[in-house]
Amino acid sequence: MAMDWMVDYQPKSGISKWIDQRLPLPRLVYNTLGGYPTPKNLNYFWNFGSLAGMFLVIQIVTGIVLAMHYSANTLVAFNSVEHIMRDVNYGWLIRYLHMNGASFFFVVVYIHIFRGLYYGSYKEPREMLWILGVVIMLLMMATAFMGYVLKWGQMSFWGAKVITGLFSAIPLIGTSIQTLLVGGPVPDNYTLNRFFSLHYLLPFVIVGVVILHIWALHIPGSNNPLGIDVKGPQDTVSFHPYYTIKDLFGVCVALFIFCIFVFFTPDLLGDPDNSIMANPMATPAHIKPEWYFWPFYGILRAFTFDFFGIPAKLWGVLAMFSSILLLFVLPWLDNSPVRSANFRPIYRQMFIVFVIDILVLGWCGGSPAAEPYVIISRFATAYYFIHFLVLVPIVARLETPVSLPKSIGTPVLNYGNLQPAE
Amino acid sequence: MFKLGAFFAGLGFAAAVLWGIWNYEGLAYPDAVKQLHAKPKEVVFANDGAFGSYDLAQLQRGFAVYKGVCSSCHSMKLVSFNAMRDLGYSEAQVKALAKTYDVASIDDKGEPTTRKGLPSDNFPGPYANDEAARAANNGALPPDMSLLASAREEGPRYIYSLITGYAANNTAHYKQLDETTDSSGHKTKLEKLVKYETPDGKYYNPYFSNLNISMPPPLAADGLVDYTDGTKATREQMAKDVSAFLTWTSEPKLEARKRMGTNVLAFLAVLIVLTYLSKRKIWANIK
Repeated sequence: MAMDWMVDYQPKSGISKWIDQRLPLPRLVYNTLGGYPTPKNLNYFWNFGSLAGMFLVIQIVTGIVLAMHYSANTLVAFNSVEHIMRDVNYGWLIRYLHMNGASFFFVVVYIHIFRGLYYGSYKEPREMLWILGVVIMLLMMATAFMGYVLKWGQMSFWGAKVITGLFSAIPLIGTSIQTLLVGGPVPDNYTLNRFFSLHYLLPFVIVGVVILHIWALHIPGSNNPLGIDVKGPQDTVSFHPYYTIKDLFGVCVALFIFCIFVFFTPDLLGDPDNSIMANPMATPAHIKPEWYFWPFYGILRAFTFDFFGIPAKLWGVLAMFSSILLLFVLPWLDNSPVRSANFRPIYRQMFIVFVIDILVLGWCGGSPAAEPYVIISRFATAYYFIHFLVLVPIVARLETPVSLPKSIGTPVLNYGNLQPAE
Repeated sequence: MFKLGAFFAGLGFAAAVLWGIWNYEGLAYPDAVKQLHAKPKEVVFANDGAFGSYDLAQLQRGFAVYKGVCSSCHSMKLVSFNAMRDLGYSEAQVKALAKTYDVASIDDKGEPTTRKGLPSDNFPGPYANDEAARAANNGALPPDMSLLASAREEGPRYIYSLITGYAANNTAHYKQLDETTDSSGHKTKLEKLVKYETPDGKYYNPYFSNLNISMPPPLAADGLVDYTDGTKATREQMAKDVSAFLTWTSEPKLEARKRMGTNVLAFLAVLIVLTYLSKRKIWANIK
């Protein structure tokens, strides 16, 4: 732990000393949740990490129950889901929780990521924390994609066909990767079986990376809205009870919004076409993934012309993967020593434009592949890459930041009665 | 060096994606389907809204329409006879209903045969398989109706509009853009009104995705079904009842879901207040 004033775990009773010497598990839990000194000025955007953890648990628990009733065979998969909806006790509830839980997992993770982008949480000394976060996002995307295929509806099948087909655009090794992923020439029973196996495995891999993510958080400690370093114990509070109760409040609010979807409009985020069983002979009018992939799907489809001797499809695939992978190097693209965008006037404006850009990309990605959506997605895609790869490094060098407060405690103490001014 | 690479990669992607802009063809002139396709009509159902629940009498009437009209071509394979008890039928009524159907079975010599339906059976379809269904319907496959209301945008409203939305063939008109070039090479664009041609063997229906539906108007006349509850079996009424019934076949647990949802939200609302007050109290001494 980097914060040397932190009060370490002190076993009091004889039995806790005995355990601590043999398996210091209570020490680990205490240091992680109890005594962890947390900046006292965190705003509600810092709730989204614990919310992501909650949705991961909801997905795993509901998923395990669903797997008890689901059958991964193309002949019966679709009907086994309907069996869950009609015959299994509270099966409809479990499935709607799982279905909407996936969407809400992405909602809170995306907000968590945007919070990191705004307050510079990816910067030194938290690069490893950020990289692990991007790994979690990639694992989530793979898991969600495979889970959507399991229902074996029309959009499951055609989504799987389009997305796995993308790999064939990669020269030399593309077709081999595609075959390895699908298990054969086109999505079929072998695909469903391996996707089910991986869909059950990957969430536990995510749990593993989440543990690393939290470990990597506790070395430098949490960032905060001012983006300045914690100077001493006066800047922090212990995680318990201050942030356990704040997170609990956030959990209740998130569950409330989540339950509005689950109980009152469970199909809103889904596609009607997926209520039709997969039919390899009938292509749906508009093939589109679930909403959380729309911005990336928009980037993929923005490339419709060969350029510089590279086919359009390969450009699309390269751009789509690059749009996510470039997040890995973001800590080295943005050299500005100031973390929080509150003190970076130009970056702050850019951030707002960037959020709008992502929303526009998502809107285009969810719309039919026709004008005017294609031309709009071209401009939005261009801005996406220029933002990260051109503007961020340049602005980091040229921008004059607003002067930073001396410490987290300073602005507060100035207004208090305890300390005389100066 | 690293940043220089990123800089050029960024410009490269931007150039590649913007390259297509030179070839922008503009908005396509809307085709016949785009011009003539209609959004589903506004209809109100008893199960709409956060507190809406099914009108059981209407579901029973809707089932009568399904049984009397739709079931001659459309299957409903996901619904069991037992599930019909949700519609207010007694155990004996469900047993009697199941008995009126023949279900495929195998006799004690191993030969295929049929037996009387049991409450635990699902509704058998009108055809042995999809090929038989296509052969009997001019090549078109009547979709299974169990999930029809979920499988269409605005499901029940779509079904109601489709059934009541047939129009006489070749009466619809749409605009077409004609480009003519005169002797001096001057181009003129002229919009003209064209009659929409429905292919032979198809029926014109603006609510259907491609305007040409293979199904003949199913509720062609009033009084096709005998309603036992005194409701007049007009075409609109039958269409509305069967749409409500198909909402139920898609979402048999809708009522339990909304009821539980109301309780869950009430519980969470209390919890939100309690956790908020606790949070205020715990944080009170932190400046």
